[in-house]
Amino acid sequence: MQALTNKIKVLEQTPMTFMERLYLPSILKGMGITFGHIFRKKATISYPEEKRPFSPVFRGLHVLNRDEEGRERCTACGLCAVACPAEAITMEAAERKSSEEHLYREEKYAAKYEINMLRCIFCGLCEEACPKDAIYLTETFAPSNYTRQSFIYGKPELLIPDPVKEPEAHERAKGVIDAHKQNMRNP
Amino acid sequence: MELLIVDWGPYIEKFVLIVVVILTSLLIAMYATYAERKVAAVIQDRKGPNRAGPFGLLQPVADGVKLFLKEEIIPLTSNKFLFILGPALAMITAMMTSAVIPWGRELNLFGRNISLEIADVNVGVLYIFGVVSMGVYGIMIGGWASNNKFSLIAAVRGASQIISYELAMGLSIIALTMLTGTLSLSGIVKHQMSEGWNVLYQPLGFLIFLICAFAECNRTPFDLPEAENELNFGYHQEYSSMKLGFYLFAEYINMFISSAVMATLYFGGYDIPFVDETALSASWGQNLVTILGTLALMAKIVFFLFLFMWVRWTIPRFRYDQLMDLGWKKLIPLALANMLVTGALILWLNK
Repeated sequence: MQALTNKIKVLEQTPMTFMERLYLPSILKGMGITFGHIFRKKATISYPEEKRPFSPVFRGLHVLNRDEEGRERCTACGLCAVACPAEAITMEAAERKSSEEHLYREEKYAAKYEINMLRCIFCGLCEEACPKDAIYLTETFAPSNYTRQSFIYGKPELLIPDPVKEPEAHERAKGVIDAHKQNMRNP
Repeated sequence: MELLIVDWGPYIEKFVLIVVVILTSLLIAMYATYAERKVAAVIQDRKGPNRAGPFGLLQPVADGVKLFLKEEIIPLTSNKFLFILGPALAMITAMMTSAVIPWGRELNLFGRNISLEIADVNVGVLYIFGVVSMGVYGIMIGGWASNNKFSLIAAVRGASQIISYELAMGLSIIALTMLTGTLSLSGIVKHQMSEGWNVLYQPLGFLIFLICAFAECNRTPFDLPEAENELNFGYHQEYSSMKLGFYLFAEYINMFISSAVMATLYFGGYDIPFVDETALSASWGQNLVTILGTLALMAKIVFFLFLFMWVRWTIPRFRYDQLMDLGWKKLIPLALANMLVTGALILWLNK
């Protein structure tokens, strides 16, 4: 037959020798290999106790950020919702009253802020769009629940702990955010 | 009152022995499932079950409870009676073989000598063969009664596989019985204690027996009846709940029993290597030596169980024609030759 390409390589196939046909030596060899693997280092990471280090650009669940005094940074401008390709973000804006200056940083704030975590594709475009440093993607992931409704995260789930009232929890969440910010600046 | 005059001792001791042996084989089968998963894991560089209890030791209990609590499903188009008979038969035949295996020397308790063998039948080897080959009925009946193509193929495969390998197994045993001159398993063990282990005289016979034992237990590389990637799940495809559990369990009990048979026939049974038991029992006491002997047998069994698992996670499955080729064209002629050479040697040496 004429060869269609010049890449053809004819393999030399010699008939099997007696030892090869016996098959037992190769079984013993294979068993030696598997026995050696018993003493190898295991690749398993015991997940809840031990966690795999994330890549610097890992994008997990969102948080809504607060400033140093514990005021919400979000001004409900809607840029994140516009940027969101999955249309997972909805919000309602409200005007800050004079008695609420310790709660909200600017005159306008998000009265309602919802992210549908089942729609979200964790692309991080909301984070890039935000002019007020108000939304960040953390390293938290793998949420689990029984109902679809519970995956629509509102402000109670999203807001970072208050740095004045719960400094420890805030530090923990903020540590993640700061590392994240650092990585976003110099990836 | 006539009944009460009978000496109840032997009945009670046999009954206790039966209960102990059956519970032990169930327990070992339970932990064989755990060991299988653990061995598979370490061979594949994983850790294996380690969540239920320390080192995952409660895993078999959790598996068992899960199987018990699952819904019992009997397919509408199946033959109900045979569908239930299948797993029952598999389990019963798996347990029955343990009756003739000598688990140790004699214990001296309450002033009587208790033999650690449930029934010292003088045709023990034949009994084992009969019961083991009945084990395939569990697979055949279960597979046929499921009324499912895959199960049926698996059942047919299982039956033809056992027929092909039973022959070679029997022929390798004939050479062994020519050597020992008895069919009783305790007789074979006693012969080995004085003459040395049979594996030294019958290495080829042992190899044939080992390969056939793998085939009889439907273990990889001969697990064609349950070849997952060809037949979904094989003969227990339609089974659920504890009926499935019985099939899986029977496989592990079969493994345990064939390990025990191999240890008894070829590796001296309860013989402790390099130790003169009669001299030792004079100084240490009979019971202690008996228990040590039983532990030696258990150690041999555990080694064979490990071998079963080790081979399973090393070798891929044989193709069906390769399986038949190996059985009929290689093992049977080899076993015949082994038998002839052994017979000729015995005749020549005895002259």
